[in-house]
Amino acid sequence: MNKELVDQIKANPDYQELISKRTGFSIKLSIAMLVVYFTFILTIAFNPSALGTPLSPDSVTTVGIPIGIAIILFAFVLTGIYTKRANGEFDDLSNKIKQSIKED
Amino acid sequence: MNMNRIFLFLILGTVAVFAGGAIEGEVEKQALNMSAIVMFLLFVGGTLGITYWAAKRTKSAKDFYTAGGGITGFQNGMAIAGDYMSAASFLGISGLVYLKGYDGLIYSIGFLVGWPIILFMIAEPLRNLGKYTFADVASYRLRQTPIRSLAAAGSIATVILYLIAQMVGAGKLIQLLFGLEYEIAVVLVGVLMILYVTFGGMLATTWVQIIKAFLLLSGATFMAVAVMSHFDFDFSALFAKAVEMRNTETLDIMSPGGLVSDPISAISLAVALMFGTAGLPHILMRFFTVSDAKEARKSVFYATGFIGYFYILTFIIGFGAIVMVFQNPAYLDMAKQAISGGSPIMGGKNMAAIHLSHAVGGDFFLGFISAVAFATILAVVSGLTLAGASAISHDLYASVFKKGKADGMAEMKVSKIATVCLGLVSILMGIAFEQQNIAFVVGLAFAIAASANFPILFLSMYWSKLTTRGAVIGGSLGLATAVALVVLGPIVWVDILGNAEAIFPYKYPALFSVTVSFVGIWFFSITDSSHDAEKEREAFEAQYIRSQTGIGAEGASEH
Repeated sequence: MNKELVDQIKANPDYQELISKRTGFSIKLSIAMLVVYFTFILTIAFNPSALGTPLSPDSVTTVGIPIGIAIILFAFVLTGIYTKRANGEFDDLSNKIKQSIKED
Repeated sequence: MNMNRIFLFLILGTVAVFAGGAIEGEVEKQALNMSAIVMFLLFVGGTLGITYWAAKRTKSAKDFYTAGGGITGFQNGMAIAGDYMSAASFLGISGLVYLKGYDGLIYSIGFLVGWPIILFMIAEPLRNLGKYTFADVASYRLRQTPIRSLAAAGSIATVILYLIAQMVGAGKLIQLLFGLEYEIAVVLVGVLMILYVTFGGMLATTWVQIIKAFLLLSGATFMAVAVMSHFDFDFSALFAKAVEMRNTETLDIMSPGGLVSDPISAISLAVALMFGTAGLPHILMRFFTVSDAKEARKSVFYATGFIGYFYILTFIIGFGAIVMVFQNPAYLDMAKQAISGGSPIMGGKNMAAIHLSHAVGGDFFLGFISAVAFATILAVVSGLTLAGASAISHDLYASVFKKGKADGMAEMKVSKIATVCLGLVSILMGIAFEQQNIAFVVGLAFAIAASANFPILFLSMYWSKLTTRGAVIGGSLGLATAVALVVLGPIVWVDILGNAEAIFPYKYPALFSVTVSFVGIWFFSITDSSHDAEKEREAFEAQYIRSQTGIGAEGASEH
């Protein structure tokens, strides 16, 4: 990739839109995952009994079980959300950029 | 033609070795052996058939390393999940749940949460910049020789450590399940793996992995459903019965136990699992087998789904084993009980899932799960070996030794030689480490992947000021710190070397070694005022555009 092409792509509004949207989206989703996971792991480190509270007085099932399963599902759902948007909206923008290079 | 003849010869040889061993084993455990051996032979026969088919399609270096780049996102997701669902995680995590309950779930969650991060940060630039190995990406705008050498060292170290763990586990498991001698089991695994990889390359390795992942998920699903059907699919009834069996008034299998005791260990383990996963060479290599970034993203989506589902199953299986295996006289190790009391099961806690398969499905299903466990080891070691061989042939031979001027055929030949060598090394290591305490090796592999491979890869993608000097010094410091802290930590220094107190108090060094690596890379990059460093910084923009848009990226091959 030569210098002119680099400058041309950098000046392309589609490229700027792609970078700003996707970077923001990736960071937001990463933070969501990290916050959920570190809240979980630090709860275990500092206050493990919180997750050991029974769901109801006569139940042996603790709140930690649905929370743990929910984190697994959350991770999966996040990958789904990202993939859907990236494979649609973001790829459309990438294709537009590629198209604009071909036309020149 | 020649190759096919060698191939057939080797197949016959393998079957002969196996048949010979099977007869010896029969003397000890008859009924158990036969169904397992028949199913295992079916798997081996089928996968060798696939290898034969793949060998005919593996013509170029690109075919060998990346299966021609034509694997779909769904297939690759299954293969990635297969790489991740090793026998150690199937038997180990269900065993941990069996023993400690909730702690097993904490462990699985740690292994899973790295995947979304890989998707958001790594998968796409990796696919857009790389060709065969992650070192392609790390060295994209940096000096080839030093970066490739370091990346290859990190890859080979990770692969060999992982291989040792898999081989020792394989030998012991097969010894227990099939009654084969330990050495024969290790040789058998080594020979089959060499066959898959040298003849079938990535195409065979990927399909072996996909088939095994399917079998493992099916088998685990059956076990979980069988367990739940005993309780009318009521989870609280399962948990209540498990707590009753464990006879604990404090409900301790239902809450966090001693797995992570202090905040530093908790964070350090989290860092190792998250960044380590993103630095495992055999996992990263899988992203080059798909045609483009779109398929790479789908791969992670499917892989996360399969892995998450698998961990939920292992949790149910572990609890099922508490109910159906624990205190069941059929699975009790009488000899051990006589000495230490309690109710130890035959083969130790890692056999909980295997015994449960017998409890829910009889001899036939026990045979199936045993064969699947063996197949799992075979598939995982094949993927590892291919990643190690690529680091040797593509990074060291073609890029460092031949300065990028090797022709594809010569490079492929070197990888095949490297595969055979790695196979032999892992057989020897497997035998040498039989009686050793290898509890530290997988942790060390993750620590190296997190501290040497990941920081270089990540910063090469996103940090424009990275220079060769920074990457080499920082990455090496991270690698050295990870190794040193594992050696000085409680697992090696106290448990293996027999010292009274650990010099480094934490089991997981990643928090410290990853920090050392990042700080080292940062410091030695920003203070690098050489002419080369200037050019490397200037080259970032073009690299970034390619990584984000895929313009100029490697495509799939045509056939």
